[in-house]
Amino acid sequence: MNRSTIDLWVGIFVAAGLVALLFLALKVGNLASFSAAQTYDVTGDFANIGGLKVRAPVKSAGVVVGRVSKIRFDTETYEAVVTMSLDSRYRFPRDTVAKILTSGLLGEQYVGLEAGGDTKMLANGGRLKLTQSAVVLENLISQFMFNKAAEGKGSAK
Amino acid sequence: MPDSNIVEVENVWFGYDPQRPVLRDVSVTIPRGKVVAIMGQSGCGKTTLLRIIGGVYKPTRGRARVLGELTSGLDQDGLYAMRRRMGMLFQFGALFTDLSVYDNVAFQMREHSNLPEDLIHDLVMLKLQAVGLRGAAQLMPSELSGGMARRVALARAIALDPQLMLYDEPFTGLDPISFGAIARLVRTLNDALGTTSIVVSHDVQECLDIVDYLYFVADGQVVAKGTPEEIRASSEPFVDQFVHGKIDGPVPFNYPAPDYTADLELSEA
Amino acid sequence: MTIQAMRGFFERLGNRVTSGVWQLGFAARFFAYMVLHSGTALRRFSLTIREIYFSGVLSLIIILVSGLFVGMVLGLQGYHTLERYGSSEALGVLVALSLVRELGPVVAGLLFASRAGSAITAEIGLMKATEQISAMEMMAVDPIARVVAPRFWGGVISMPVLAALFSAMGIFGGYLVGVKMIGVDNGAFWSQMQAAVDVREDILNGVIKSVVFGIAVSWIAVFEGYDAAPTAEGVSRATTRTVVTSSLAILALDFLLTALMFTGGTAT
Repeated sequence: MNRSTIDLWVGIFVAAGLVALLFLALKVGNLASFSAAQTYDVTGDFANIGGLKVRAPVKSAGVVVGRVSKIRFDTETYEAVVTMSLDSRYRFPRDTVAKILTSGLLGEQYVGLEAGGDTKMLANGGRLKLTQSAVVLENLISQFMFNKAAEGKGSAK
Repeated sequence: MPDSNIVEVENVWFGYDPQRPVLRDVSVTIPRGKVVAIMGQSGCGKTTLLRIIGGVYKPTRGRARVLGELTSGLDQDGLYAMRRRMGMLFQFGALFTDLSVYDNVAFQMREHSNLPEDLIHDLVMLKLQAVGLRGAAQLMPSELSGGMARRVALARAIALDPQLMLYDEPFTGLDPISFGAIARLVRTLNDALGTTSIVVSHDVQECLDIVDYLYFVADGQVVAKGTPEEIRASSEPFVDQFVHGKIDGPVPFNYPAPDYTADLELSEA
Repeated sequence: MTIQAMRGFFERLGNRVTSGVWQLGFAARFFAYMVLHSGTALRRFSLTIREIYFSGVLSLIIILVSGLFVGMVLGLQGYHTLERYGSSEALGVLVALSLVRELGPVVAGLLFASRAGSAITAEIGLMKATEQISAMEMMAVDPIARVVAPRFWGGVISMPVLAALFSAMGIFGGYLVGVKMIGVDNGAFWSQMQAAVDVREDILNGVIKSVVFGIAVSWIAVFEGYDAAPTAEGVSRATTRTVVTSSLAILALDFLLTALMFTGGTAT
């Protein structure tokens, strides 16, 4: 087994490994969508983000248009400030509503954007003024029980 | 240190286990240009002495001065610098099994110098010709007989024209022809290269024919020394037993054991 | 039990522990020395390339075939379990995540340890037994730089490549069984997989795992070889130790890394 044959096989070996890695990244993973796209940032304040995590999708009409890039807590307003990186191809009006929704019944949470009617579009660093917080299950249940109790009292009268 | 001594071992004590010294108060002098034999039984400490001269071990007590340097004072770089001026032939050759004969001999030249390949080629051929194996240059070590492998190892050891050659039992397990070839090569290479050689062996007759001086080691101590004539004429009991291969003498035939009749009676009972 | 016997037991236990700790310290110093003297392995890269050939290329067949079969079994078993919950379309997700996150690095690592790791240990151990290492030392060539370091780096480079190939083959195997044999929808298989497998979270973490395993296995293999007793028995015991220690190390590190990576450290 002389030097050049060994070099050839090692070259093939490493090349095959890179091809496998590329295959995994492109065909198996979600690299193709999203990495090289140009993005711009917008922020939104939420009273409660529920289970929203960094890198959760931002969807509009069910289509992924961006990702949550940063979540921090504002010590003056005591609200969560969520920064989203949106694909530059998609521009949204300044009165767009951002809601924190759940995919499926008990799935992971994402940000849903509903476009408004303003003629001016959000720029990089813009702020979404209309937001709706996540639905917290406990609050829902206690509200339901409260309603049930009130109904019961009402019908008893 | 007198310029004529390549190696000076002074009052050296050494043991792998500090409580059980293998060498006790050993002093050996190797003058420049001579072939000196260190002889003794298996396990008497002669290979250990060779290792101390090669810098593999440092003496627990005493001093070993090799090629002008004190071995105990050397760090790894100093040790390697000293070893580049030495060559060692191991007992069974210790050729690199994944390299051809040519690559084995060229090994040191490639590692320690920037010589161009055609110059290395000429040097390798020179060394192989000296041991008579120039035609075997492309063979692999597994294809060589024991004697041939030993000779290739010799060519490899002299690749950089060392000032000191160490031979660790070079005649072990060789057929009479290869035996004679190696013995002659030890002498002629020493004289041709102007090197100094130390041969550790227990093949007395062969050594008496080729060396200039001998040391006899028994039980970790030097028990006799002299030129081949002095040794042949010696009446010292150990030397006499060793040189003439007598079964019993200062080195007893029987390993220490309890009384024989007592042992037999015990097994009968 | 007599006092003597108990005392002997504790003495031996203490002895085993101290010698184990001593060995670990020695192995760590060996590792540091080897990394510091890796200059030769990098400057004369042909040495390392030769080792990549012997540990990586020669392991290709076993890795590819095992990957294929593991993927096929995952496809089969996965389908029959998912089928019961009506989620057979998630087969692609199951196969891909299992392979990329866990089975790829771990199984490839175990196979690598037993094929290449034991070969490296045996080779170095035999060189030691036939005095080739001593001969190199006497020729003023550092055997750790010349013999040990290239084999270490060759293993570290080969391991992630083998793990990636294992995962890729496995996914292909799952595809063969799921889509071609059983009839799961081709589009659903790939699209759900692409939605669920994240490049950074899953694939990159899998690659990091395989690199860590590569370092561990290669280190153990070269150390056991270098430390082997220079006899036939010593070499055989060293190769056994390589395979056993490497396998245990891979599994333990896998738990540690999984806990760190996939649960954000909350599990530990």
